[in-house]
Amino acid sequence: MEETVQHFKKRSPKRKQERFGKTISLVATIFIVSIVFSILFFVASRGLRTFTEHGVSAIDFFAGTAWRPGEVSDAGEPLVGAFPMIAGSFLVTIFSALLATPFALGAAIFMTEISPKTGKKYLQPVIELLVGIPSVVYGFIGLTVIVPFIRQIFGGTGFGVLAATLVLFVMILPTTTSMAVDTLNAVPRYYREASFAMGATRWQTIYKVVLRAASPGLLTAVIFGMARAFGEALAVQMVIGNAALVPDSLTTPASTLTSILTMNMGNTVLGTLENDVLWSLATILLFMSLFFNILTRWIGKKGAMK
Amino acid sequence: MNEQIVSTENVHLYYGDFEALKGISMEFYDNQITALIGPSGCGKSTYLRLINRMNDLIPGVKITGKVNYDGKNVYDEGTDTVELRKKIGMVFQQPNPFPFSIYENVAYGLKIAGMKDKNKIDEIVERSLRKAAIWNEVKDKLDENALALSGGQQQRVCIARVLAIEPDVILLDEPTSALDPISSGKIERMLEELKKEYTIIIVTHNMQQASRISDRTAFFLDGNLIEVDDTRKIFTNPEKKETEDYISGRFG
Repeated sequence: MEETVQHFKKRSPKRKQERFGKTISLVATIFIVSIVFSILFFVASRGLRTFTEHGVSAIDFFAGTAWRPGEVSDAGEPLVGAFPMIAGSFLVTIFSALLATPFALGAAIFMTEISPKTGKKYLQPVIELLVGIPSVVYGFIGLTVIVPFIRQIFGGTGFGVLAATLVLFVMILPTTTSMAVDTLNAVPRYYREASFAMGATRWQTIYKVVLRAASPGLLTAVIFGMARAFGEALAVQMVIGNAALVPDSLTTPASTLTSILTMNMGNTVLGTLENDVLWSLATILLFMSLFFNILTRWIGKKGAMK
Repeated sequence: MNEQIVSTENVHLYYGDFEALKGISMEFYDNQITALIGPSGCGKSTYLRLINRMNDLIPGVKITGKVNYDGKNVYDEGTDTVELRKKIGMVFQQPNPFPFSIYENVAYGLKIAGMKDKNKIDEIVERSLRKAAIWNEVKDKLDENALALSGGQQQRVCIARVLAIEPDVILLDEPTSALDPISSGKIERMLEELKKEYTIIIVTHNMQQASRISDRTAFFLDGNLIEVDDTRKIFTNPEKKETEDYISGRFG
């Protein structure tokens, strides 16, 4: 009896291995989580200095339309109104999502419902390729093709929200499409069978059963596309013109949070208002992507409950 | 004498090179329940799905022979499968209601057929749910998601969904194999009620079920129709030795 107890109390090599594996994965997890929180803390603490150290009011920052960091208004207030960039970011995101969603849905329906064979064999690889193209390439194409094209048709410089929207449309199309494809493929076959067996046409089945059953996933796909559009910096910066003005037309130069950040981050001195206000822009970006993230999780949960 | 509604003549079905049905000829009559029995993989479900052309959805299927319904071969070139499936409804093995409300499930067939009149739809939904013997259980929660019901209730909603489009023939592919005995019993009693109005063809693995509810029974084996006759005859005095072996459990 005593011997058996001793035997089980002894640490076997298997148990050691088990603990070792557990420790490694725990350390890795703690490391990642702490990095995420340090970034959040670092960015937010810098970003908040605009309001705490330099005394800019939140209203002036979020609603102000004059962006000339380093200068002050007649009343002596610093000109750091971020509204032009906030508006620019939201405009290009919403427009490109509006444009990309019908195309992404159409392509996804074709690839899953209408011609799965062609979809798997030809379209899937093409889309995966499109996802992998670096954004600077998209921006370069936008700069050499889209901007002159818009200039020819609408006049002006060609830089602006429209050019950015078109570039982002091409960039988020593959992301949204491939997620929509996964979602549609996940709709059980027996829903389609039941619908066909009741005398529904293929279109009725797609429209009234498949798309409806897949709607939470499709919404998530669109939001993922939007998140990508909102966070894209380089390609947008190359075609939007980077004028910190509230866009009053789709074809005049404008700017987004990301484009102003990439343009100016090398040109400011640490600790000055000019630098801290850029951190404030970064904070907005960070919290927006957090928001998109939470939104997709929330939709996923609601979809699962249904 | 009951009227002949559906018949097949020398039907062969191939999945690629594999011959799943080897020349089946039989008839189905109005106001009767015909049961298709046989071991797994004998082709009875394939045969059932051939009648409303559900096998069309599977790539690589080839079919020869005739399936006659309403004086026409349903495999003729010009057949509208959409119209055909409205007349020959189907209930599947796994209850498969759509992830919508109970009401929308039953109204689905009516809406895709273009019916707009809300009162008429309401009326048909209620009538169908009553016929499927589930009205009393769901009448207060028609707006709730059908997936929240029990398996047996879901299957009866699926039957109501088929009844709503008023088919002539109802095909049931092992409709109770995923259900408990009490739910199965409810569905069996309902089917005996329904046969007064419809032609019913049911695939079942449960031989007691076949003997309880069907008027005629067909025994399938390896893609062949071995024997089809009155259920009483099949279960008491079958002609073929294979049938007797299967019925008495001496098979395989």
